Amino acid sequence: MAASSQTTSPTRALRDADLIDGSGAWAKEARLTASDRAQAAGLPQRRDEYWKYTRPDAFVQADVTLQASLRSGLNLFDQRNIISVAFEDGKIQAAVLPNAAQCTLESLASASVLDLHWARDVYGRLEEAGQNPIKRSLAAVNTAVAREGLLVNVTGAVEAPIHIHATSSGQSDAIIHHVIKVAAGAEVTLIETGQYGARSNIVLEVDVADAGRFHHIRVQDGNERHMLTHIFGRIGAEASFKSFTLTAGGQLTRNECVLQLLGDDASVSVAGACLGDGGFHHDDTVFITHDAVNCESRQVFKKVLRNGAVGVFQGKILVKAGAQKTDGYQISQSLLLDDDSQFLAKPELEIYADDVACSHGSTSGAIDAQALFYLRSRGVPEAKAVDLLTLSFVAEAIEEIEDEDLAQDILDHLTETLSAR
Amino acid sequence: MLKIKNLHVKLEEEDKQILKGVNLSLEPGKVHAIMGPNGSGKSTLSYVLSGKDGYEVTEGSAQLEGVDILDMEAEERAAAGLFLAFQYPVEIPGVGNMTFLRTAVNAQRKLRGEEEMSAGEFLKVVRAKAEDLKIDADMLKRPVNVGFSGGEKKRNEILQMAMLEPKMCILDETDSGLDVDAMKLVAQGVNALRDDKRTFLVITHYQRLLDHIKPDVVHIMANGRIIKTGGPELALEVENNGYADLLEEIA
Repeated sequence: MAASSQTTSPTRALRDADLIDGSGAWAKEARLTASDRAQAAGLPQRRDEYWKYTRPDAFVQADVTLQASLRSGLNLFDQRNIISVAFEDGKIQAAVLPNAAQCTLESLASASVLDLHWARDVYGRLEEAGQNPIKRSLAAVNTAVAREGLLVNVTGAVEAPIHIHATSSGQSDAIIHHVIKVAAGAEVTLIETGQYGARSNIVLEVDVADAGRFHHIRVQDGNERHMLTHIFGRIGAEASFKSFTLTAGGQLTRNECVLQLLGDDASVSVAGACLGDGGFHHDDTVFITHDAVNCESRQVFKKVLRNGAVGVFQGKILVKAGAQKTDGYQISQSLLLDDDSQFLAKPELEIYADDVACSHGSTSGAIDAQALFYLRSRGVPEAKAVDLLTLSFVAEAIEEIEDEDLAQDILDHLTETLSAR
Repeated sequence: MLKIKNLHVKLEEEDKQILKGVNLSLEPGKVHAIMGPNGSGKSTLSYVLSGKDGYEVTEGSAQLEGVDILDMEAEERAAAGLFLAFQYPVEIPGVGNMTFLRTAVNAQRKLRGEEEMSAGEFLKVVRAKAEDLKIDADMLKRPVNVGFSGGEKKRNEILQMAMLEPKMCILDETDSGLDVDAMKLVAQGVNALRDDKRTFLVITHYQRLLDHIKPDVVHIMANGRIIKTGGPELALEVENNGYADLLEEIA
């Protein structure tokens, strides 16, 4: 039904015949079923409730018309001991990926020609689970046609963070699908920086087994680029999942995060800070399902908007029957630096258990006049004082990052970005 | 140091006159105290002098060392040597106290065309001054005023004053919310900064603070004006008899 208007507007290919011909057994099956899934769901339409605040057109139309060159001057995390993986114009940049203890790194391109691979238990599976109750057909399209991505099998505690750094030269479309499998008791940190393409559709599936720990830190920059990302997470008992995103550029960003807490005593945190200026539209859409006892989930989103920038937050906590002792926290706030900017928030709670604590809050506000005067009365010029109060505003989101050094890197980058604008 | 002439101030948002012709002349090296009943305009005077938005000067002037300050931005007044210790210091989550102090010190230096203080030098100075005020390393590291007790907040104000080394210090009800020990500590901090050049304007409701910070001159403010000026004995008179007698005197 939703697909009915596809004849009148150009749409993305839901199937890539060449790719399927060249796929090994597991990937062929995953790609074919995903394309059926996408076909059945239809592409998102403007009238869809889930796309009420962000128009899907830019992600759906056939041609990329952006000039979004970014040869990235982002040197973030370069000084650290990292396991580095580069993507350029949507292609992974090493025939042989780095070796690291306690994990294996492979490219989707090389793994998908095999008939058997561990990724078959995750690739497309978590995305499929995330299609209910709301269809996310562009993620299914991604599963069906993505040729590139990073597959990481984590078997123990990986010491250095894995850092994916993406650059792009202009008008290309990038469709990337990463899979991270964290074994029981294992731990890994994934850092993603840069932009994959002028327009990108990125899926990250993360399977965290019992007592596993996954940390994710993402910095999205870029100028004109459009980016749609989906994170699908499956979290086991006593496991932990934390994802933080800083968005300081780009024209259009929609970050969806769909997490399922399936084992008791697990905890997840999804946080984001964004700095929006002018023609900037930033959408965080989060869906967290509690399906086990005594789990904790946190959503902390802070958006700083000016010159007509738009921020969107759609966040839902679903507590299933039996998910007792759930502790859910959700806060979304915007700092509007002028009257032209806009923040749209839709917090939702749906609770079917009777012994839970869920809190949610959403605010929009301007710079606090008394705090501004306090700083200026100490000699801090107005612009610098506004920057300091902006940092103060987003601090709660950055505090969600567990590793203090990485949090400091993010803070430093943010400070630099602010003083440069 | 600071010369206030016939200062008339009203609220910007509503037609309410708060200051109705304040005259004050503060000499270098002196401590002046202003006492007065609630609503007399004491805090407004401190805000207007330090450059807070929301007030309109309708008449009169204020000069710091001969320079008119009322047209300056708050940060320019600070760089010119004016400091206000707030009655309610503001909490700024996510910004470390040390970062805040260093930003302020260097911003003022930059505005004055001086060289910035290096990180090492700054650290040395701030540690020594913090120790005098019994401010520990943890308080320096924590976000500005967040989770500080009333006494810690006021000591933190005095630390800022010590670091910024202003010529003209205004203390707005610095004694409010302090127990006796905390007040002594704050007073010690202030007294340590007294010298023959630096001027203080201490706004307070109570004589108690003036036992510890001995004023040279005491002014009584009521209904937007200074109604009486005298020596330290004036503060004692207020303490014993309240403001009623003084108000009758001028009525």
